[in-house]
Amino acid sequence: MRRTKIGRWWYKFSQNPLSVAGLVIVILVVFCAVFASWVAPYPEHAGPYVNYNEANHPPSLSHPFGTDVFGRDVLSRVIFAFRSSLLMGVVVLAMVVPVGVTLGLLAGYFKESWIDILIMRITDIFLSVPPLILALAITSVLKPNLTNAMIAVSVMWWPWYTRLVYGMATSLRNEYFVQSAELIGASKFHILFREILPNCVSTILTKMTLDMGWVILIGAALSFVGLGEQPPKPALGTMVADGAKYLPEYWWISVFPGLAIMLIVLGFNLLGDGIGDLFSLEEA
Amino acid sequence: MNELLHVENLRKFFVTSRGTVKAVQDVSFAIHPGETFGLVGESGSGKSTVAYMVMGMYRPSGGRILFKGKDITVPHSRRPLSLKKDLQIVFQDPGSSLNPRRSVWEILELPLLVHRMVDRGKVKERVEELLSMVELPPDYAEKYPRALGGGEKQMVAIARALSTEPSLLVLDEPTSALDVSIQAKIINTLVRIQQERNLGYLFITHDLSLMRNIAHRVAIMYLGRIMELAPSQVFFERPLHPYTQMLLSSIPVVSEEEEKLKPGKIVSTGEIPSPVNLPPGCPFHPRCHRAQRLCREKEPGMVEVEEGHFVRCLLYTG
Amino acid sequence: MMQDMLLDVQDLVVHFQVYGGYLRVLDGVQLRVRRQEKVGLVGETGCGKTTTMKTVMGILPQPPGVIKGGKILFQGKDVLSMRPHELENLRRRGISMIFQDPTAALNPVFTVGEQLKDAIRYALGRRDHGSLKEVALSALQAVALPDPSRILESYPIQLSGGMRQRVCIALALACPKELLIADEPGTSLDVTIQDQILRLINRLAEERKMAVILISHSLGVIRGWTERVYVMYAGTIVEEAKTSELFSRPLHPYTKALMGCVPKLTGEGIAEGIPGRIPDYFDPPSGCRFHPRCAYRMEVCQLEKPRLFEVESEHRVACFLFGRKKDE
Repeated sequence: MRRTKIGRWWYKFSQNPLSVAGLVIVILVVFCAVFASWVAPYPEHAGPYVNYNEANHPPSLSHPFGTDVFGRDVLSRVIFAFRSSLLMGVVVLAMVVPVGVTLGLLAGYFKESWIDILIMRITDIFLSVPPLILALAITSVLKPNLTNAMIAVSVMWWPWYTRLVYGMATSLRNEYFVQSAELIGASKFHILFREILPNCVSTILTKMTLDMGWVILIGAALSFVGLGEQPPKPALGTMVADGAKYLPEYWWISVFPGLAIMLIVLGFNLLGDGIGDLFSLEEA
Repeated sequence: MNELLHVENLRKFFVTSRGTVKAVQDVSFAIHPGETFGLVGESGSGKSTVAYMVMGMYRPSGGRILFKGKDITVPHSRRPLSLKKDLQIVFQDPGSSLNPRRSVWEILELPLLVHRMVDRGKVKERVEELLSMVELPPDYAEKYPRALGGGEKQMVAIARALSTEPSLLVLDEPTSALDVSIQAKIINTLVRIQQERNLGYLFITHDLSLMRNIAHRVAIMYLGRIMELAPSQVFFERPLHPYTQMLLSSIPVVSEEEEKLKPGKIVSTGEIPSPVNLPPGCPFHPRCHRAQRLCREKEPGMVEVEEGHFVRCLLYTG
Repeated sequence: MMQDMLLDVQDLVVHFQVYGGYLRVLDGVQLRVRRQEKVGLVGETGCGKTTTMKTVMGILPQPPGVIKGGKILFQGKDVLSMRPHELENLRRRGISMIFQDPTAALNPVFTVGEQLKDAIRYALGRRDHGSLKEVALSALQAVALPDPSRILESYPIQLSGGMRQRVCIALALACPKELLIADEPGTSLDVTIQDQILRLINRLAEERKMAVILISHSLGVIRGWTERVYVMYAGTIVEEAKTSELFSRPLHPYTKALMGCVPKLTGEGIAEGIPGRIPDYFDPPSGCRFHPRCAYRMEVCQLEKPRLFEVESEHRVACFLFGRKKDE
């Protein structure tokens, strides 16, 4: 039996069935988001569609998640809503990670210098504001739409990466291999990005995976109060809000989007745990 | 007098919440090209601190360090690149001196590029030469440290240190964490390279038997001070300081003839004191089997008992 | 002769389950310890010494460890077929182990006294706090720790390395045992302190009529403190002899090579080392596991695995230079 690197990773990863479950959920969600037009039974319901004859029907064979007040198929809308959720997660992380990580590296390596103090105090300020309040404040100043929601979440999310990397950089800079590089005369750029950063990557990746779930959740919270993706484009939070008025009679309008949010967060959490285990055991 | 390294009255104090730690006091010695100078001692003796000061990792609290005649008593961030090329160090723990996320190739390439040792096109050739110098096959360049055994990692660390063609190599317990058969290979490699290139070595270890086989001159440290310094053969065959005698009598040996070479058994009692609360007088007197009343009061200075043989003990001050 | 065999390990085979197969770590280990005997087990990193001892104590994690064969007889009873409560009894009264790193073996958030009393309570089943403290104090006195009542109140971090090692010994011997396994005692400590620790273990063994298995990679330590030695390489015992005999007449090529590598106080230089590396347990060499690195290898060495041939009384070597399969 050939032993490949991927095979070894899968062997370790699959030791925990929950991690595998997480991976399956995430793959499913991504698949639905990408191929929504083909997967959703009524793709046109994700746009401006109205049919009052079909409104508020409970779950049935033709509409497994029921229909909402405008007669739109809830299942199809949930599948399309995955798109804005995932987009939010990906874009926010793409903006936040480079900035947060770089700041953390600088502050940690130059610990106790003015760089450290400047960066970490700013980080502390951002961290001290309750996240949701900050996001709400920003989105209410700007026009409410998906782009601005992403900006708002990014603004409050970057400090976590700075903190995370700061801690790691602070301890890594005392490692003998970093001191060796310094003694050899390597440039600061080299030490930060080629010696220290590679040793942080596994932790950062794990956090990014877990964060996907949380960013999506915050995004849903924002759209719940009307500050995210605007109608008629479907968004999970908005769908929960719209259906809230009709609880408990037409429960399916809120509950299924809510379950979808839960599923996404759960999936990324389990996957993130699995990835974390994979990296920590690799060192052994 | 072509000295590579000249260390004069070196001192290092650390101020901590529990008091001032006098890690190193009044240390002086010199190393010549082609010579291995051994620094031996137990934990708390300050031997690694001396090495780190030589490398500029610690700033000395007092004293001077001269390299090839020039004063280099500055932290390494203020040292010129040419000095960094000429003076290198190999650390004790091979596991942490190589970046686990970089391949052997990348690790060996770094000093070559920083010091522009070769043109870009010739880097591959040079890396393979370095690997063969430490008797590792060329395909090891692709590997990562975790695929290497402890001895192999240390060989890579040595190759890295030698890649800039330094004149002096500091080796801080390079084989302490390794098995004896692997240590043998590394020591033989180090000796061979030293002879080929006329390198100076500052070799630090707590293993006296190892020191016997590698050092030309030996100094033994206790609580920050050099207690005895002598050419290797003299040090081991005619140790004068009671501490040297005590250590030599405790080392485990593997043959009868070695037993005969050891001084009579001196059972060591008590713990090694912490360098924070140093007893007055000679720092060794609480454990010394030949301590006298004067030893508790007066601190001995370094005395040259015979040519090249120095002892710091009131028994020899006259 | 057989009656006073305290520990008898016969043909122990242990594998570890990993991705793609097994690591065939122990390949038929044989080891015997008599009552009150001081036996050494010497071998380099990765040869399987600790795995063997963990299996003997019943603390080998299974999975990934898998015991594929062999017997471990302690006082006549097979450890491998013991049930959990019998194993517990084994560790209470029979065998104890001290580990290489005393700092890692002590819990940093509990005082020495709390940990010691725990150990005593477990071993002796006493509940009364008064007598627990007395037993704890006498345990600390037995390991020559000065000012035992202060040590009882201290946390491990407040003690030096040598003192921590003594505390570990006190923990291990809180209750009388038949056999003490000392895994590289004092290796991480200074040589004068290690000397004190080995001296202490020796004294306790004599006083309590205890057998000792001393594991070390240092030949010097083995020579100074054992009566009989086993040399281990890559999961097999390659040589077994009285200590004095092993050092005056080492027979196995590995033993001889190892002796050559040890730096000597005579200053005669160090041998070149042993060519090659320790084998990959996933795909170990066929026949004798040492043959790829052996200067004396013959054809038969890669075809068959040599058993331990008796060269003289109490001196056995697993090498075809000293016997053939057909010899009995």
